[in-house]
Amino acid sequence: MPTASPDHRPSSTTSGRPRSFPGSGLAKGLAVTLRTMTKKTVTAQYPDKQPELPPRTRGVIGLFEENCTVCMLCARECPDWCIYIDSHKETMPAATPGGRERSRNVLDRFAIDFALCMYCGICIEVCPFDALFWSPEFEYAETDIHELTHERDKLREWMWTVPEPPALDPGAEEPKEIAAARKAMEKQAAAQAAAEAAAAQAPQAPGPENSGPQNPGPQVPGTPEGGPA
Amino acid sequence: MNDALDVALRLLVVFAVFLVLPLVVGQTEHKVMAHMQGRLGPMYAGGFHGWAQLVADGVKFAQKEDVVPANADRRVFQLAPAVALLPYLLVLVAIPIGPSEGAVGQVVDAGIFFVLAVMGVGVLGSLMAGWASANKFSLLGGLRTAAQLLAYELPMLLAAASVAMAAGTVSLPGILNAFEWWWLPWQIVGALVFFVAGLAELQRPPFDMPVADSEIIFGAYTEYTGLRFALFLLAEYAGIVVLCGLTTVLFLGGWHGPFGADGLGWVWTLLKTAVLAFLVIWLRVSYPRLREDQLQKLAWTTLVPLALAQIALTGIVKVAIQ
Repeated sequence: MPTASPDHRPSSTTSGRPRSFPGSGLAKGLAVTLRTMTKKTVTAQYPDKQPELPPRTRGVIGLFEENCTVCMLCARECPDWCIYIDSHKETMPAATPGGRERSRNVLDRFAIDFALCMYCGICIEVCPFDALFWSPEFEYAETDIHELTHERDKLREWMWTVPEPPALDPGAEEPKEIAAARKAMEKQAAAQAAAEAAAAQAPQAPGPENSGPQNPGPQVPGTPEGGPA
Repeated sequence: MNDALDVALRLLVVFAVFLVLPLVVGQTEHKVMAHMQGRLGPMYAGGFHGWAQLVADGVKFAQKEDVVPANADRRVFQLAPAVALLPYLLVLVAIPIGPSEGAVGQVVDAGIFFVLAVMGVGVLGSLMAGWASANKFSLLGGLRTAAQLLAYELPMLLAAASVAMAAGTVSLPGILNAFEWWWLPWQIVGALVFFVAGLAELQRPPFDMPVADSEIIFGAYTEYTGLRFALFLLAEYAGIVVLCGLTTVLFLGGWHGPFGADGLGWVWTLLKTAVLAFLVIWLRVSYPRLREDQLQKLAWTTLVPLALAQIALTGIVKVAIQ
């Protein structure tokens, strides 16, 4: 009897496992394929049916040009130099009479060459003014490589496809901007309430030294006023 | 004159079946394999669920350049696809699908001999292709084909011989006329051996060692392009039709069915053939390829003894009922 079998199946006598009915493994294999055949397929017919992409998909980069200050950080950080920015300086007349003239940067051109872009997202990370965003839009193939350089109007259009940011975790710390805005609003509301209370008290208690109604009283909300007390 | 017309008509019908059924099997394989893997398969060609995919493939193959390697044995290389394909056409002529005289291309008295001998010729096409290509992978594929033919022709013949013994005739319609329903359990081992050996002879997975693409590119067909390559593929699917038809006729009772009028026997034959063809596809999807030595071991240590045991059983029962 040949001891060395050419196939390397573990012998059931040495492994001690109970030997299953011969051929049951083959039957299992057939059962798996037959069961899969009766199930619904997982294929998505792409051009007919759009894929449901997760909101953080890195499809294309959208530009929110209202936020852009032409700081050039994105263009300088881009590892393959695929962002082109042109700008000029404009001088704004003084806001108040006698004030100083202000100068600001105006964006002339903002283009991203998606033939070079490697979708690293560094420009989006580095933008301090939240002018660049990932969009899940991905159908912008072109027949010519030069047409893959997309200008600001196209980048601005893609901005509309950017999904809203996911909600914060429950119990997460409040975002700084919102906290600042809320504090300012609370302060304003408190000041207004105080002013109203003062206005209500004034006619009831006409003190001898109080010439409140004649005074130009509390006009500016938020300024701590002396009041009758 | 009338005879000539009759012959021409029969040949035409057989030729049409020969062209249509393999394509139907091929398309079924596309779709069944896809769904067994959770895919959809071809969906666009022809509009409705990609029914014209193989027609499109054929058009593509016809457009491709027909390359013959510089060092190839030109004549043999070009002849090989025809040698691989034509035997199956000849076998199809002899397979009866109904009980009447009109339901078979040509009644051959020594039907089993004719059919098995001619089927064996088909493998010669792969051998010729393997030798003539002047390519080491083609040669390896050809040699594997030869080894496989040697190993599996024997159990196939023995299993068929068992049926011939049971019926007392080697004519295919004769075997079917003698068929009784209890032959099914009686010859079941022979049927399994015949079917498995037939799969191996067609080089279908899991017995596709001769074309194992992960080891020897595409075996004997490595150097083929265009229409000649398509003919080899067509030969494989024609082989499936022929093998399933033969298994139906020899072991599953052909036109006999549990019910059905005399005129509808051919429906039973086609139905059984279709079920077997589905089985061929199913096995291909489910099982990985055997290793070359496992392939030989299966033939010599399992199938040949089983076929011999079947012959012994057939002989004993045959003597007992007389």
